[in-house]
Amino acid sequence: MKIINAKSYWRTNIKYVLILLAVWFAVSYGAGILLKDQLNTIKIGGFKLGFWFAQQGSMYVFVILIFVYVRLMNQLDKKYGYDE
Amino acid sequence: MTNRILLMSDIDVQTWTYILVGITFTLYIGIAIWSRAGSTKDFYVAGGGVSPLANGMATAADWMSAASFISMAGIISFAGYDGAVYLMGWTGGYVLLALLLAPYLRKFGKFTVPDFIGDRYYSKTARIVAVFCALLVSFTYVAGQMRGVGIVFSRFLEVDINTGVIIGMLIVLFYAVLGGMKGITYTQVAQYCVLIFAFMVPAIFISIQMTGNPIPQLGFGAELNDGSGTYLLDKLDGLSTELGFAEYTEGSKSMIDVFAITFALMVGTAGLPHVIVRFFTVKRVKDARKSAGIALLLIVILYTTAPAVAAFARTNMIETVSNQPYANVPEWFKKWEATELIKFNDKNSDGLISYVGDESKNELIVDRDIMVLANPEIAKLPNWVIALVAAGGLAAALSTAAGLLLVISSSVSHDLIKKIIKPSISEKGELIAARLSAVGAVCVAGYFGINPPGFVAAVVALAFGLAAASFFPAIILGIFYKRMNKEGAIAGMLVGIFSMLLYMMKYKLGWFDDVLPHKSEWWFGISPEGFGTIAMMLNFIVSITITKFTKAPPKSVQDIVDHIRIPSGADDAVQH
Repeated sequence: MKIINAKSYWRTNIKYVLILLAVWFAVSYGAGILLKDQLNTIKIGGFKLGFWFAQQGSMYVFVILIFVYVRLMNQLDKKYGYDE
Repeated sequence: MTNRILLMSDIDVQTWTYILVGITFTLYIGIAIWSRAGSTKDFYVAGGGVSPLANGMATAADWMSAASFISMAGIISFAGYDGAVYLMGWTGGYVLLALLLAPYLRKFGKFTVPDFIGDRYYSKTARIVAVFCALLVSFTYVAGQMRGVGIVFSRFLEVDINTGVIIGMLIVLFYAVLGGMKGITYTQVAQYCVLIFAFMVPAIFISIQMTGNPIPQLGFGAELNDGSGTYLLDKLDGLSTELGFAEYTEGSKSMIDVFAITFALMVGTAGLPHVIVRFFTVKRVKDARKSAGIALLLIVILYTTAPAVAAFARTNMIETVSNQPYANVPEWFKKWEATELIKFNDKNSDGLISYVGDESKNELIVDRDIMVLANPEIAKLPNWVIALVAAGGLAAALSTAAGLLLVISSSVSHDLIKKIIKPSISEKGELIAARLSAVGAVCVAGYFGINPPGFVAAVVALAFGLAAASFFPAIILGIFYKRMNKEGAIAGMLVGIFSMLLYMMKYKLGWFDDVLPHKSEWWFGISPEGFGTIAMMLNFIVSITITKFTKAPPKSVQDIVDHIRIPSGADDAVQH
């Protein structure tokens, strides 16, 4: 029983990680690098959007991603009784 | 009250620097005495009971080195958009740390990174390869820190660089040797407070001065205060193109290189031993995740301010010196000229400073490292703010140097002496060995600080490539790929680190040719700084291929993998 638990806990963890890393990739490599030129045609205040993602936005998203993961995993630990 | 204000402004920069540096150094020494290490567990992982907040602050200080504090904004202010590789690269790695490494390594619960490699890959060879990589990465990195200490001392306290390095060595020696990780952790908490205050105060002053907005991150995208209604960044783009530089918000590196460098820095960050060990010091797995988040938040405060400072400083500098008569330059210009970090050569003898993109006509060379240090002077901020920056720069350099020295000393005393050379050594003997190797490490670091080999500056940035090419794949596969065996891991680490070293020697140091090979010869157009990405991929490919053809790791090792994947109760899960 517990082995099955451990497996499904791990699978859910991997799912969270992959989703969060997809966002991680999209804001930094996507918006900040690959799509920078297209996004730079949009201006918000004094910032060109691609430039903003590269020098500001992606970093804010990184912080949020970690805290989202902390929350998700704390809930998951509780659900599976792995909470310390 | 008026008297006091008068008094404050009467004190000159140097006196202020002595006061602030004196106060902060006394604080660090006081903390070191209070938090002496009594056991090897104290020495290596601060007893393992550090709170997530304290660990987050310590990690942030550990991480933000002289390079982040002193050099980064300067580099960005000359590189414009391209500077984003450092901003994203040095922060994005924490997402990888929090999601892919820190919780599992904490659950594994040993003292060092080679510990993990050695146990997970059930092999002394793997451990020795890991020790080699850890020492290589940490020594290249620490030499740069000691140099940073020397530069700050020489400029602000007007002692020579070598005396500065020696003073810095003595301070680090004192608290690293006495307190080990425990002393380092709590001094780093104090150092974070000093360095972030020191970085933010001038940034806020300048942001208000230039845009009227007290938050530098917003001032960065705001209109200038001069009544023109122009946005700061538009103005800067305009000035840059006018003088023949690349447009500030566009940059000049190729997209593939920007991509590769960012990736190498991110993965390298996640693979740096002195950062990873910080997560061994917290109590629980969930604390490891949380403190990674706190660390990144605290780092991002500085990292989102730095590009704003870069843009302010660049605009200010161009407006202050460009096409101005040399006879009228402000005082700071002369002071920095004396250190040879600013050089002016009046090529056309018109008495004006022409600062332009065309190298044959450009008359002014400004060292990137001085932008942050000179910025408060350029913006005519009060003397105490200028002195504060010196104290902050020292806090940044010392905290990182201490963390690196601990990695070096624990690699020697724990991984080499205890685990390989003399396993019978007593706890007390190991603690003495740890302290002695810390002394040895400080001396070597100091030597490199005083006699920097010509290639140190170049190599520091590459420490990330080395970490990316060696540790990152070995650790990730060790956690996420249960079948990963020692043959694969050892071969992968060796291929990774040597391909990185060879590329670096050929394309960064030019050791194999008479002249440094031209950019056009780079593989796939990727610079040595970005090559860590390729070397990391090679490591992954070699590791997995060799693992496929050799035998699976023993059951006991596969059980370790099951064990570290789960925060608690994992033992039950495996046994029943």
